[in-house]
Amino acid sequence: MSIGTFILVSVIKIVIALFVLLTAVAYSVWLERKVVGHIQNRWGPTRVGPFGLLQPLADGVKFLFKEDLTPPHVYKPLYIAAPMIAVVFALTSIAVIPIGNWVKIGGLSIPLQITDVNISLLIVLGVTSLGVYGVALSGWSSNNKYSLLGGLRASAQMVSYEIALGLSLVGVLIMAGSFSLRDIVDAQGGRFLGFIPRWNIFQGQIVGFLIYLIAAYAETNRIPFDLPEAETELVAGYHTEYSAMKFAMFFMAEYANMITVACLATLLFLGGWRGPVFGPPILQALLPVFWFVAKVFVFMFIYIWVRGTLPRFRYDQLMAFGWKFLLPLAIANLMVTALIVALKS
Amino acid sequence: MLHLILFLVFGAICVAGAVNLLVQRHPINGALSLVVVMGSLAAEYLLLGAEFVAAVQVIVYAGAIMVLFVFVIMLLNAGVEERTTGSRVALLFGVPGMLIGSLLIAWVLISRSGTEAVAVGALPGPPRIMGWLLFHEFLLPFEVTSILVLIAIMGAVVLAAKPPSTAPTPRED
Repeated sequence: MSIGTFILVSVIKIVIALFVLLTAVAYSVWLERKVVGHIQNRWGPTRVGPFGLLQPLADGVKFLFKEDLTPPHVYKPLYIAAPMIAVVFALTSIAVIPIGNWVKIGGLSIPLQITDVNISLLIVLGVTSLGVYGVALSGWSSNNKYSLLGGLRASAQMVSYEIALGLSLVGVLIMAGSFSLRDIVDAQGGRFLGFIPRWNIFQGQIVGFLIYLIAAYAETNRIPFDLPEAETELVAGYHTEYSAMKFAMFFMAEYANMITVACLATLLFLGGWRGPVFGPPILQALLPVFWFVAKVFVFMFIYIWVRGTLPRFRYDQLMAFGWKFLLPLAIANLMVTALIVALKS
Repeated sequence: MLHLILFLVFGAICVAGAVNLLVQRHPINGALSLVVVMGSLAAEYLLLGAEFVAAVQVIVYAGAIMVLFVFVIMLLNAGVEERTTGSRVALLFGVPGMLIGSLLIAWVLISRSGTEAVAVGALPGPPRIMGWLLFHEFLLPFEVTSILVLIAIMGAVVLAAKPPSTAPTPRED
């Protein structure tokens, strides 16, 4: 591939990936309002378009045209930078996430992924760990006690649960022997007993998956771990002082992070784009992407379901659970996995 | 060629971040400049081919340790530093001394140590090799380091723990 084609293909992929991701973000908000509405015996959005499907568009327009207030008491440089930091890091990690196999278009073989690096999992972890700054700095620069408390809670929580999250992934890494997300999915090919797919969740990583699930909820500040924005105590937490598009950026970052976490769970535990593939060549090219999206959707649905079901933890419960239960469990899971892999080889 | 340009660009960002760290008066801005230094160092490692080290640099230093720095600064509500006129001794001897020292180190490393300057992309980067080296050749230093970290953690716990109350608590009246 010449450098010109490479740049062209990369730019096209980046544009498509960003467009799809942002649309997915907008419609996750719609899905959340709709599902939580039905859980609470309401309708959710119904007015704008059929089933309220145009609601995200209307919300976007509203965010763009609302007055962008900057309170006089904030520390301006960081107050403006914080939402950008949050959204940039949230959107960056999609660059290394593969959504399907290689496709052939006019003699060019293109991976369905913006870039394939052999440490892609570490890149996702690194980029998401930098996202904490957006939350922490917005809390501090707002110069408001509720914001500051929200920012402090968020950073403490994210740093604590990152450890359990990282350790829950190591079991999968040992089994696949690679940091590349593509290799990890490739290692999950085939079936047991003719019908159970060899996804990591069926290969003894069920504990790892549950730890990942719980830690991921805490990482993305979602119920039952949404203490950084607990309305009853902190008004709205770290984004209390933000309005219009700056507020929308935090919102986008939160949902983009949820999607990233769901993609990662799909790739690492649920076999990625693997699923029954049949039919004519065009269907064979598209079905893996469909399976991938379907698995991500299931994960997102569980996210919303949990939000509609569970109450919020107390802060000391959150910290004790993370450090005294989840972390030892993750270490135990890692040791057992390592022992089994070592005995097998 | 592209690698060399990127290497120089990130080197310049790194130095600029380090200088900014010294110039800034507010601790938060200082901490954030340090994050920039860490990030550009990670990019330098990546350009040298040490992918794993680059990723660890971002995850551990920029993503965890510096977050704790920022956290502590936020928690203590540290204000703007006071500016002094500075000590004249530091200006007279410190700056030239530092310059001469770093030049000496660079000269020794480049011309006297027998190792050549590292070519771009020449370091063994893949995690498999790293893991092999860590758990075979450098197993003892690795384990000793972990004990060192354990001691540091225990020290922190001892310092932070509440002292046992030996004296009778004063009565409120």
